[in-house]
Amino acid sequence: MAAYPRRSALSLPQPARLAALALLSVLVQTGVISELPIFGVRIDITPLVVAFAGFSTGSGTGAAMGFAVGLLVDLTLGQTLGLTSLIYTFIGYGAGRLRELRDPEATLLPLALGAGAAFLALVGYAVIEFLLGVDAPVSAGELLREIVLGTIVGAIVSAPVWLLVRRVLQGAEERGRRRPARANPSGGLSPLAHP
Amino acid sequence: MYKKTVRRRRAALAALVALSLLLLTVYFGERSGGPLHSLQRGFLTVIAPVESGANTVLSPFRSAFKSIGNAFSSGAKRAQLERENAQLRARLIAYQDEAQALREAGAIGRADAKYSLAGYHPVSAQVIADSPTIWYETVVIDQGTSAGVADNDPVVNGEGLVGKVALAYPDGALVMLITDHEMAVSAKLAGRSEHGIIKPKVGTPEGLQLEYLPQEAVVNPGEYVVTAGSLAQPGESLFPPGIPIGEVTAAGTGSSAASVRPLVNLHALGAVQVLTAVNGSPPARLTNLMQRVAFARGAGEASSLNGAGGEGEG
Repeated sequence: MAAYPRRSALSLPQPARLAALALLSVLVQTGVISELPIFGVRIDITPLVVAFAGFSTGSGTGAAMGFAVGLLVDLTLGQTLGLTSLIYTFIGYGAGRLRELRDPEATLLPLALGAGAAFLALVGYAVIEFLLGVDAPVSAGELLREIVLGTIVGAIVSAPVWLLVRRVLQGAEERGRRRPARANPSGGLSPLAHP
Repeated sequence: MYKKTVRRRRAALAALVALSLLLLTVYFGERSGGPLHSLQRGFLTVIAPVESGANTVLSPFRSAFKSIGNAFSSGAKRAQLERENAQLRARLIAYQDEAQALREAGAIGRADAKYSLAGYHPVSAQVIADSPTIWYETVVIDQGTSAGVADNDPVVNGEGLVGKVALAYPDGALVMLITDHEMAVSAKLAGRSEHGIIKPKVGTPEGLQLEYLPQEAVVNPGEYVVTAGSLAQPGESLFPPGIPIGEVTAAGTGSSAASVRPLVNLHALGAVQVLTAVNGSPPARLTNLMQRVAFARGAGEASSLNGAGGEGEG
């Protein structure tokens, strides 16, 4: 018996799903998750959501998603507008490009991607705040500890966030992404491969 | 076709990065009444009901998360609280004797009731959002200008001073915690007369420091820091005197700042109170006066800068 792909309960178009995901992640992050520190570090799921959404939908959509989520975070928490948007735009774009160029399929990919997104977000914040001349609330050693622990925490929470993003975006992934050469069963000799 | 797709993708990235940089530059450079700040205020007004609703729906999860966090730290906290309780009991007895003696001498009757808590109307509020980064020590509460909350109003809870209102909008307000890098509060040591300014300690998260004390002042560990009831700078609101802020953890003198640990657990904020100055009360009148002074000073600086610019051009 053939296995049919599972359909999402709500058949919404991709932009609507992404908008809902962005709003939900920001509200849950600011309203609940910021309350629970792990190893003394606050969990931040928003860069993970951006990276996973970018990985699932492509670099262009990932960059737009990153900008939107970043802007929502800045607006909701009264932070400097544009700061989080700038960092998250690069995270979303980079995650999308990773899939377009490499298409990795390792089992531990969500962990690596989550850790990478958390690392980029923490380093990005530090760099831009220093450039803006804001006094560091922590010493260099503390900042390094924050970045290392934040990256580990990002990897730990990446699995449930990955499952959530995949569930929300099910069936709405970008169709036109490039496949690696090994996906062609004719070994690249088919005339259809080079029109 | 592929090249066109690549060009479009790169153009989209460039446009979004340019837009972010533009927002960043304009926001960082403008004053608090600027267009982007107004946009932010408008957005917060619109999103406030959604946030409030989400907070109600998510409150069971929020409580569960708090319980998990408390479970990890409860053992050590209990031992510390028992120690502090014993110390505080001893101090309370000493202060009660002292207060009785002063009252008898008729000293307290005149002790500046004019600017005490009586001039303020407390508005109870609930924290509904918290910043996840270490760079912004801010929270969002569910009461705003419609409940009488205004920019710069002090925010307290049962443990002591939490911070001040940074941005008030109709159904909520953004609160800057005392550990935020932009915060400064006029403070003094409990039971002493020397005034200083309490500010976040750069390089130590959740740490404060008491500085600008008189040259001869010596501060010892274990002493408590409270609000002084005077203004740290023009344009601020007047914080009522005697609100506990923190406990001195490392000694300081007039020339070196003392390290202070906040009394409030800033990572587990729930219910707070905003101290709004009652219209026409002495604190409200003084705050308005100081805000006008700050505005006039700002206008004076702006005109002198313009004058200097004009001279330079000439």
